[in-house]
Amino acid sequence: MIEIKNLYKSFGAKSVLSGTTLTIAKGESLAIIGQSGCGKSVLLKHIIGLLKPNAGEVIVEGENIWRLSLERLYEIRQKFGILFQGAALFDSMNVSENISLGLREHTLMSDTEIAARVKDCLAMVGLSGSEDLKPSELSGGMKKRVGLARAIAMKPSYVLYDEPTTGLDPITADTINELIIRLNERLHVTTVVVTHDMVSTYKVADRIVMLHDGKIIYSGTPSEIRETDNPVVRQFIEGRAEGPIKTASTRAT
Amino acid sequence: MKSPVNQATLPHTIARVGHLALDFFNEAGTAAILMFRILAGGKNLWKDRKLFFEQALRQGVRSLPLVMLVGIFTGAVTAWQYNYQLKGYVPLQYLGVSTLKAVVIELGPVLTALIIAGRVSASIAAELGTMRVTEQIDALESMGISPIRFLAVPRFFANLFMMPVLVTLADFIAMMGASFVATVLLGMTAAMFWNQIPTFFEVRDVVAGIIKALVFGAITALMGCHIGFATRGGAEGVGMATIRAFVWSCLLILVMDYVLAMMLF
Repeated sequence: MIEIKNLYKSFGAKSVLSGTTLTIAKGESLAIIGQSGCGKSVLLKHIIGLLKPNAGEVIVEGENIWRLSLERLYEIRQKFGILFQGAALFDSMNVSENISLGLREHTLMSDTEIAARVKDCLAMVGLSGSEDLKPSELSGGMKKRVGLARAIAMKPSYVLYDEPTTGLDPITADTINELIIRLNERLHVTTVVVTHDMVSTYKVADRIVMLHDGKIIYSGTPSEIRETDNPVVRQFIEGRAEGPIKTASTRAT
Repeated sequence: MKSPVNQATLPHTIARVGHLALDFFNEAGTAAILMFRILAGGKNLWKDRKLFFEQALRQGVRSLPLVMLVGIFTGAVTAWQYNYQLKGYVPLQYLGVSTLKAVVIELGPVLTALIIAGRVSASIAAELGTMRVTEQIDALESMGISPIRFLAVPRFFANLFMMPVLVTLADFIAMMGASFVATVLLGMTAAMFWNQIPTFFEVRDVVAGIIKALVFGAITALMGCHIGFATRGGAEGVGMATIRAFVWSCLLILVMDYVLAMMLF
């Protein structure tokens, strides 16, 4: 279980998270939605300690991650796999080296075992045979899938996705959605998806929370959110420019 | 009566100077902490020897042609200008030993380090800066891999190891260049050029040159890593990081050259 308690985070004068509180149960598939730039990715990075809050706590399986030694924090992080928005593949390594890096660093697996694991991971994401390709030779969708293969290589307990379908065409985006569902079923992981893609949200999530003005303002199932009368949530899920959520252009008029 | 304009800008100027000083000390402190963490990470160097050798090849071996080119011309111009400067004051037979001291103590280490600042420090900053802005460093952290251990330590120690090697080679090539100019263009014999060197040669000079090389190697790698890790702001940020790494490496090389000269001589 992951508990986020009263998190505050600012970058200079800009306040991003203002008392964010959220609990993520073991095994659930949670989607965090919100406007672009509202702090969804910032929240995600707090979960694995990539960002330090100004105040508040992040507790993973009973351990406050900011009270841990660096060594223990790195151990906790091995329970997580994360798919970054741009996949964040290591340019200097090919696909196989990218996926196997964690295995080489943290396990005593032989080269043969590692190669077999890499092959399995690539098969799971539908990219068998691409071991020798470099990231520069991959399309956007392929990069995301290799990023996903890397995220699951260490058999994590939690998989975090930062805008997994952003920048992809609808068909490739749905391929990623199907992968997320399939991995969730096969690996029995806890899934957290940060997204503003409502099609993806309805498909992959058991529960949806919305981040707005630095706080979680809604939590419910996909069918509950469709029936909500919360005007902020309604404006977002219906994709309307007019409403209580002001953008730069609607503020000007 | 003071001008109202002066009264308004003076507090602003003082505040600006204060901010700059705070930024400088903040950055110096961060770089110092990184340095300590890199040195502490040296214990993993054997485990990461593959990474170390890759960096030694990239930073050191591939810099050889440029360093040798710089060395030849450094020696040649030193010999030529010493001939002009010493004429009428110091007999020409001392040209060889004068050139040797200038090259080994100063020109070899400093010019080699400045070349490496441009070639290596800037490229480390660009590479790590790109990794920072594309979240590759976050990806390493999220996999439980220390970016300092995986990225900075091999680069630092590779540069620390290769810089004295490059400087020694540069010194040797420079003396070959000086010898060529002296014998072919200045009419000296080889015996005239080389004979005074054993009399006046001091091991201390070579040791001082090596110490400078080690310090400069540490500076160029540290600046590349520190500025690379701190990069923000996309492609523009990476571009600025490359320039900053080169500029700061050069500045610190020149400052430390003076400090080391005061300490060693």
